[in-house]
Amino acid sequence: MDDGLPTARLVRRLLLVVAAMFAFGFALVPLYEVMCQAFGINGKTAGAYTGEQQMDAARTVRVQFLASNAAGMNWEFRPLQDELVVHPGASHQMLFVAHNPSDRPMTGQAVPSVAPARAAAWFHKTECFCFTQQVLQPGERIEMPVRFIVDRDLPADVRHLTLGYTLFDITGRQGPQAQAVR
Amino acid sequence: MSAVIEPGHAGHDEHPHGPAPGLMRWVLTTNHKDIGSLYLWFSFTAFLLGGSMAMVIRAELFQPGLQIVQPEFFNQMTTMHGLIMVFGAVMPAFVGLANWMIPLMIGAPDMALPRMNNFSFWLLPAAFGLLVSTLFMAGGGPNFGWTFYAPLSTTYAPESVTFFIFAVHLMGISSIMGAINVIATVLNLRAPGMTLMKMPLFVWTWLITAFLLIAVMPVLAGVVTMMLMDIHFGTSFFSAAGGGDPVLFQHVFWFFGHPEVYIMILPAFGAVSSIIPTFSRKPLFGYTSMVYATGAIAFLSFIVWAHHMFTVGIPLTGELFFMYATMLIAVPTGVKVFNWVSTMWRGSLTFEAPMLFAVAFVILFTIGGFSGLMLAIAPADFQYHDTYFVVAHFHYVLVPGAIFGIFASAYYWLPKWTGHLYDETLARWHFWLSFVGMNLAFFPMHFVGLAGMPRRIPDYNLQFADFNMVSSLGAFLFGATQLLFLYIVIKCIRGGEAAPAKPWDGADGLEWSVPSPAPYHTFSTPPEVK
Ligand code: HEM
Ligand SMILES: [Cu+2]
Repeated sequence: MDDGLPTARLVRRLLLVVAAMFAFGFALVPLYEVMCQAFGINGKTAGAYTGEQQMDAARTVRVQFLASNAAGMNWEFRPLQDELVVHPGASHQMLFVAHNPSDRPMTGQAVPSVAPARAAAWFHKTECFCFTQQVLQPGERIEMPVRFIVDRDLPADVRHLTLGYTLFDITGRQGPQAQAVR
Repeated sequence: MSAVIEPGHAGHDEHPHGPAPGLMRWVLTTNHKDIGSLYLWFSFTAFLLGGSMAMVIRAELFQPGLQIVQPEFFNQMTTMHGLIMVFGAVMPAFVGLANWMIPLMIGAPDMALPRMNNFSFWLLPAAFGLLVSTLFMAGGGPNFGWTFYAPLSTTYAPESVTFFIFAVHLMGISSIMGAINVIATVLNLRAPGMTLMKMPLFVWTWLITAFLLIAVMPVLAGVVTMMLMDIHFGTSFFSAAGGGDPVLFQHVFWFFGHPEVYIMILPAFGAVSSIIPTFSRKPLFGYTSMVYATGAIAFLSFIVWAHHMFTVGIPLTGELFFMYATMLIAVPTGVKVFNWVSTMWRGSLTFEAPMLFAVAFVILFTIGGFSGLMLAIAPADFQYHDTYFVVAHFHYVLVPGAIFGIFASAYYWLPKWTGHLYDETLARWHFWLSFVGMNLAFFPMHFVGLAGMPRRIPDYNLQFADFNMVSSLGAFLFGATQLLFLYIVIKCIRGGEAAPAKPWDGADGLEWSVPSPAPYHTFSTPPEVK
């Protein structure tokens, strides 16, 4: 019968497995992030881009802009233009309008996503209002810029991109947020 | 015998004696049989409680329109029904059976860690007391489904969600301790000569289940901890506004969730693999392949989780991978069904209650497996997902699967537990009424599901009315029948024809070598296994 480990040792090992699996649950969070980035799975774009590129004047790509509010958000939020036709490699800017119609100061956070999702890896933002939170006083209205470059290596079959933002009301949320937002 | 079990038993071994008198026996007991009984009674109580919630659900769905409860309360009922049945009824029932039977089957005097055993049981009433109490709190109990997807369970959750999280932590700790106990017992306390490949399949399937438990219960604990942090400490694991992702919740949950469904079925596989040979009067066909098939199922269960998420927008290669991996599970499962049928083939079959439940298990579980295969076809799942077809699928694998497996085990071992033969006539009534009720309740759900009736909705389109009425009638029949089971068990405890040590002539195994009822202490000196 005593062909295994003594019970106390066995239990200690099993508890180690338990601890490791608890840690694994949390490790799934960065792992998920990495997988999504690596495979451009869910349209997540990377953080601020610092590279420079040569313009490819021979090719054009349509970039469409979308703005929508998450549940519970009451700001007016829209791009100044619905779309731009751009050359890969060139830097472009689009302005988004945000207006707080309420009678209290509010904080908003925009979360970007790119469709088709597999193109997200080739869509670079050099500057974006989504990198920070926006605090708007009652009735205040601002224009917020996003500067971007469509990568020259964007797969040839992608001729049309959509950059969408969802605006969340994060007034009153405490603690660390937004740093993680890309 | 290991040093760890000695403290609780110091001085007991020389003179065998019975349990301590009075109520404190149950509070303080470290005896595997007492704890097994506690688990089984707890489980049955949870079964009746979760069952009453199902009755509320089916009463509301008896007709289209809102008649009996408000949608908010309906959501709490579906959520609590699922949570209580999964974590309160099915899992504790199998832990109870493990406590009672594993030491008897491998010739051990007790579980390896008797005091931890006591603790892991008594955590359960605390966990479920907490969970059920949320129903009476302002804002109501959990209403986000047993799968508690974020952000429903975080941003939009009722205040009581914190109690829910704590309850899940407690039951997780309880399951993990139970699993560690099973592993330590099976690996360290087997009688001389009881090699691994001589163990009854119930012990094998439980050993593998225990490994699944210690692998995935901590992940469940992790996911509810992340929810807790999102709700109270301002993190954003699942909140897109803060850079998190609600879809991440589903990945972590189902990484736990799919192995969890096998946690609920593998011990039943094991029990049925003991019962079918007994009533076929033939040894189990393909013992070794059964062991390997169980291992294969357990392994595969870790790489199929996203079949619950075909519609969230995973990439095409992901859909294909999870589709094929899921279908692969049908292979070892098919091996098992084949072996059960081959065991019955040309056997001298008799159909006492345990066998009736076991045969129904094989047939109806297979139907559930087939609907699972249909759901595993990713493009088809876009149509079936979140409809009653899914409800039909998992009730076919869980009711005539897990729960019939538990009933079969209960009838099979009741004579050993109580020392009396149960009332066979009533038990057959219990079987047939359950069989008819359960099929009436769940079979029509396939049809309404394929026709597009969504799950977790208190009202529905008129076109589904007739099938839903049939479902409700079947559910009421099934529910009421379970009171008959309670009566049969109480009657069997209180009296009846005395059971011999081996009440089933075709039975095989160490548990039948001790008298009925099994004495309070058994195998204080290990038996010899040839
Ligand atoms: C051949 C084996 C099986 C296959 C191929 C299979 C496949 C599936 C698939 C694809 C789904 C997701 C359906 C959807 O949400 O659209 C599902 C759901 C489910 N299955 Fe299975 N399954 C199998 C066996 C089992 C077993 C043995 C159990 C439990 C004992 C089980 C319990 C469940 C549960 C509880 C759900 C629903 C979870 C929920 O959304 O609430 N399945 N199954
Ligand atoms: Cu699954």
